[in-house]
Amino acid sequence: MSPRFVNSYLPRPHSALAPPFPLRHTRGVILDLDKFIAKERFFWDELAALLARQDAQPNRRQSLEEAQRFYYLYQRTSSDLVKLKTFAGEAETTRFLERLVARSYSRLHEDGGEKVPFRPWQWLTRTFPATFRRHGIAFAISIGTFCIGAGFGATALKLNYDSKADFIPPQFGHLNEKPSKRVEREEKKDFDAFQGRHEFSAQLMTHNTKVTIMTMVTGFLWGVFTLILLFYNGTLIGVVIYDYIADGQGVFLSAWLLPHGSFELPAIFMGGQAGLVIARTMFGWGTNLRLRQRFARIRGDLLTLIGGAGLLLIWAGIVESFLSQYHAPQFYPWKIGFGALQLLGLILYLSLCGRRPARENTRSL
Amino acid sequence: MLGTTTTLKVQTPEGVTFEIPLASPFSRCLAFAIDMAVVFALTILLSQVINILSISTSGIPVLGRVFGDFGTGAAIVLQFVVATGYGMVTEWLWSGRTVGKRVMKLRVIDERGLSLGLKQVVIRNLFRLLDMMPSTFYLIGGISCMVTARCQRLGDIAAGTLVIREVEITPPALGELIGTDRNSFASAPHLEARLRQRTTPGEARIVLDAVTRRNELDPESRLELFARLAEYFRRIAEFPEEITIGLSDEQYVRNVVETLFRRASV
Repeated sequence: MSPRFVNSYLPRPHSALAPPFPLRHTRGVILDLDKFIAKERFFWDELAALLARQDAQPNRRQSLEEAQRFYYLYQRTSSDLVKLKTFAGEAETTRFLERLVARSYSRLHEDGGEKVPFRPWQWLTRTFPATFRRHGIAFAISIGTFCIGAGFGATALKLNYDSKADFIPPQFGHLNEKPSKRVEREEKKDFDAFQGRHEFSAQLMTHNTKVTIMTMVTGFLWGVFTLILLFYNGTLIGVVIYDYIADGQGVFLSAWLLPHGSFELPAIFMGGQAGLVIARTMFGWGTNLRLRQRFARIRGDLLTLIGGAGLLLIWAGIVESFLSQYHAPQFYPWKIGFGALQLLGLILYLSLCGRRPARENTRSL
Repeated sequence: MLGTTTTLKVQTPEGVTFEIPLASPFSRCLAFAIDMAVVFALTILLSQVINILSISTSGIPVLGRVFGDFGTGAAIVLQFVVATGYGMVTEWLWSGRTVGKRVMKLRVIDERGLSLGLKQVVIRNLFRLLDMMPSTFYLIGGISCMVTARCQRLGDIAAGTLVIREVEITPPALGELIGTDRNSFASAPHLEARLRQRTTPGEARIVLDAVTRRNELDPESRLELFARLAEYFRRIAEFPEEITIGLSDEQYVRNVVETLFRRASV
């Protein structure tokens, strides 16, 4: 097709290709609006009725005929909108059609992937561990930052024991007590399985979940606050660990922290891992995609990581309430063994689960 | 930037362009205030239910102790779940609307103009924790809304979502075309129903074409055509004389068209 035909309908007053009539006078002449509305109104009404039906029953599957009819109506209404905008410019009808086309477009192009049913077992045995490993470097940085914080806290306490109170936040005031005194007091207590346990468990779950989510979402600020949060929490743990070990209470500390900490700390590291994934997305290293596209790529992984961390935290909260706080010396070896087994199980699960069989790998090569 | 864009312009693969009006920060604030009130009310309601359960079981020896402690724990967890999950559940079930957004006629959509996905709903609500900082003053989210062109808080940017205004638009009226302010047939709805029942789609199309193209006809043909059409429709559904008295053939046919094509607003 020659350029003359392509451009012949565009207003180019200084060009030899300009149309032989002034375009503005053609508006409304070419399209008889009343007749147009009357003829097309049936189709618009039908499309509106189909949309209303889909809104009322969003999970209903359309039959093939219904889907085909919907697509036809969408195309027809889109075409009407183009005609109306080009030849008539009637504001009210244009807005009405824009709304109809927008709603239909939204329905027609909605993400089909979202309709895939959630399979909990597959998620637990494949998706979660595989996603965790895919972002292994972020997890390593997360755990590394925490350990640096812990080292900093322990060193600071070793150099100046009086600074302990400066590290311990007010809500953990009981940690300011000398460890050996606390151990003596705790070991004399009777264990009551019910009194205050559910409340304590609930507080721990919600608090740790908030910390984990916060560690993740602060990744949006280029990861700076994620690293600060990890370092800060590491400092606190470092202070506590050094304090108890220096006072000769290493066994008590292990029996106290290991049963729940073996799940709780990895969960917080996963929050940090997700935060660092977000930070990398913000920087956009190694890709020329736009921010929107980069976020679209990691959304599923973020949800998987934070979902997995949430599960770990729920279990950690239960263990902390009903096991960790039970300080009878005769059970210390059992508690330590339980915590160590949990940790080993978690490491094996995250390292091995969800790997493709060797045969599949070979095929994919 | 401060509200540099007030509409989302979408171009479909079919080449059609349409615009969706974006919500202003003020209307979003009001919607959020309403949602906070709903969350507060829900929390109080659930706490009361748990309290009643705890009190009613307090007389039972072991169960009473378990429920007494369990109730407090459950209340803490439920508060957290309601505060975090309210937005997720309502936006997912109501296609991007919470109670506050329904009242303010707002809706969350994908930033490409598509429907919301579950991942987007969860991500934008998780990021609310950051947007609400410091404390619950919504300073970060508010500043983000002010400085982004499309009024997006950080959660919206991460989830790829926008909040739009829902504009109720009624379809164009056929009354102008028909040219009657009042259709006398409307006073006899049972006869109107009979007329609709006895008219085939083909006949409806013919009579509509006649009305829409009436100005293209010469006067004689116009009179003859409408006389024949009026006679036909008088035969298939007869209206009483008090309704049709003084109506010309053409007016009679216009009334028929208005009766056949009158629809409720969508």
